[in-house]
Amino acid sequence: MSTKNTVMVFIQQDDGIVADVSLELVCKAKELAGELGAKVSAILAGDKLDAEAKRVISYGVDELFLVEDKRLAHYTPVPYTKVVRDIIVAQQPQIVLYGATTTGRDLGPRIASNLKVGLTADCTDLQIGDHKIKEQLYKNILYQIRPAFGGNIIATIVSPEKLPQMATVREGVMKIVEPDASYKGKITKVDPKLEDGDFLTEIIKRVREEKRVNLKGAQIIVSGGIGVETRANFKLIEELAHVLGGEIGASRAAVDAGLVSQPHQVGQTGTTVRPRLYIACGISGSIQHRAGMAESSKIIAINSDPDAPIFQIAHYGIVGDLKEIIPQFIKAYKAKA
Amino acid sequence: MGLNLVVLVKQVPDTQNITGDAMKEDGTVNRQALPAIFNPEDLYALEAALTVKDLYPGTRVNVLTMGPPPAVQVLKESLYRGADFVALISDRRFAAADTLATSYALKCAIEKIGNYDMVFCGRQAIDGDTAQVGPQTAEKLGINQITCVSEINNIDTDKKSVEATRSIEGGFEIVKSGFPVLLTFTDEGYVPRPPSAIRMLSYKNASTEVSTEAFDESYMDGEMSGSAGNNLQLWDIEAINADVEGCGLSGSPTKVKKIMSVVLTSGDIKMVDNDMGGIAEMVHELIADHTIG
Repeated sequence: MSTKNTVMVFIQQDDGIVADVSLELVCKAKELAGELGAKVSAILAGDKLDAEAKRVISYGVDELFLVEDKRLAHYTPVPYTKVVRDIIVAQQPQIVLYGATTTGRDLGPRIASNLKVGLTADCTDLQIGDHKIKEQLYKNILYQIRPAFGGNIIATIVSPEKLPQMATVREGVMKIVEPDASYKGKITKVDPKLEDGDFLTEIIKRVREEKRVNLKGAQIIVSGGIGVETRANFKLIEELAHVLGGEIGASRAAVDAGLVSQPHQVGQTGTTVRPRLYIACGISGSIQHRAGMAESSKIIAINSDPDAPIFQIAHYGIVGDLKEIIPQFIKAYKAKA
Repeated sequence: MGLNLVVLVKQVPDTQNITGDAMKEDGTVNRQALPAIFNPEDLYALEAALTVKDLYPGTRVNVLTMGPPPAVQVLKESLYRGADFVALISDRRFAAADTLATSYALKCAIEKIGNYDMVFCGRQAIDGDTAQVGPQTAEKLGINQITCVSEINNIDTDKKSVEATRSIEGGFEIVKSGFPVLLTFTDEGYVPRPPSAIRMLSYKNASTEVSTEAFDESYMDGEMSGSAGNNLQLWDIEAINADVEGCGLSGSPTKVKKIMSVVLTSGDIKMVDNDMGGIAEMVHELIADHTIG
């Protein structure tokens, strides 16, 4: 096999700042590389990224390919596809990982299509193992593990016949480790081979707000569903979250009903969370919602319907009217704490 | 001046409305109980194309789907809503296609239509949620793409360009691209129109006739059917000039190693009395094990 023994990560930057998910992937790549006896490499493209390149290396990158060009300051599909594709072809890594962000899911499929290799979307776990196709045994290949079919099944996908094996990985699922500023990695500058005709997308305006709702980092989340019924009742959810020092979450149904804004949404189309405590109030527990919170250490379900599916994954269940239960919860907590 | 648009759609099992019947005793999904529906985001892509047609008379809306014979239903629904031409890309040799093999077949079919200005599709399908087929098809066609479009803001028919708003994490981007370009749509910016009763009646017979002829017999012997000028056609591998190796299982680098159904584990749930005594006891336990401080 002519493939070099490296696990490569596409490093996403937005406005010159490296995305958290890319650092999470470097940490995961380090772990996979350890199992494979491989090195970690990375691709970072943009403009004026020296400091960020050094920061990426401190998470455990052995060689970072840095592509600097003013025209690459913001991600656009065609030029980035060319740049990343050329580096992959030259370096022949055995694995390439992308964040499952808007950018990663825009770029990854184009690279896969160009190279005619496999790509598994939105993975929530990656492992190394063996796989047999007919009589041929493939050793130490990448198991790409992802939910599918609306979160109803967990599929393990493999693509050992054509390298690199590629995956986009969901944000927030891989653990980030402390960086080591003394980590010895090399920065290799690459001159992009781009023509003006490659720049087909013109970005007219770009508006990004920093997330004010920090669900991912919250240790305690109090979530409301459609069973909360009114905005006035939702105040109870907010009050309980405030008293416990937690964040406010919601189901998609509650967001769609206008009880609370979208950034609070937990679940497959919202944020995936794994807090120490998740309190689901008036949430029936659809597959989509559970996919985003089932990993919580402790789950309390409060629901008037004793048959609500949420009770099937809860550690504590309280059947009844949340308008009566939440005030008692707050009272009990204030009395004990 | 009218434009030539291609819309890619898919028929999917309705994974979003999983109710009592769809869950088996062991907590896994009973796929048979799920109805087949028009992939939700593809309806938004179709609506975007029909909106362009409303604004620029003479625009032609071509709808393509790849799937087994019953998928003709989403094509009929496209005709009822206002599509001008539809084709079912169907052949046993397409079976077990992953996103790469799917995008290759779609690319061949789009090139058969030829001379297109824009290709529209939903951002992702609810059975796989990969969001890969759109960008993979654009790359194979060698054209630009704008993914996660909530709305088209403006089309310049003279300069042959489109300006669209796309959703990104925590905000949006307004971007512009020349033709040809592929756009993938989210369910944010449009309200899909209902099928037109008049169109349903006018297509009812035509499509039934074609479907009996083209989707039963000719599917079995892999023969092309549907006369020229027919607005509902069946295309097999030969019809789209696809290389057999690039289709179906042989064109799919990804393989499913293992499928695990998500089983709801009831574990050790503790039911708490909904009174002050029960709740206070639970709070006490949570403080004792440091879950809450």
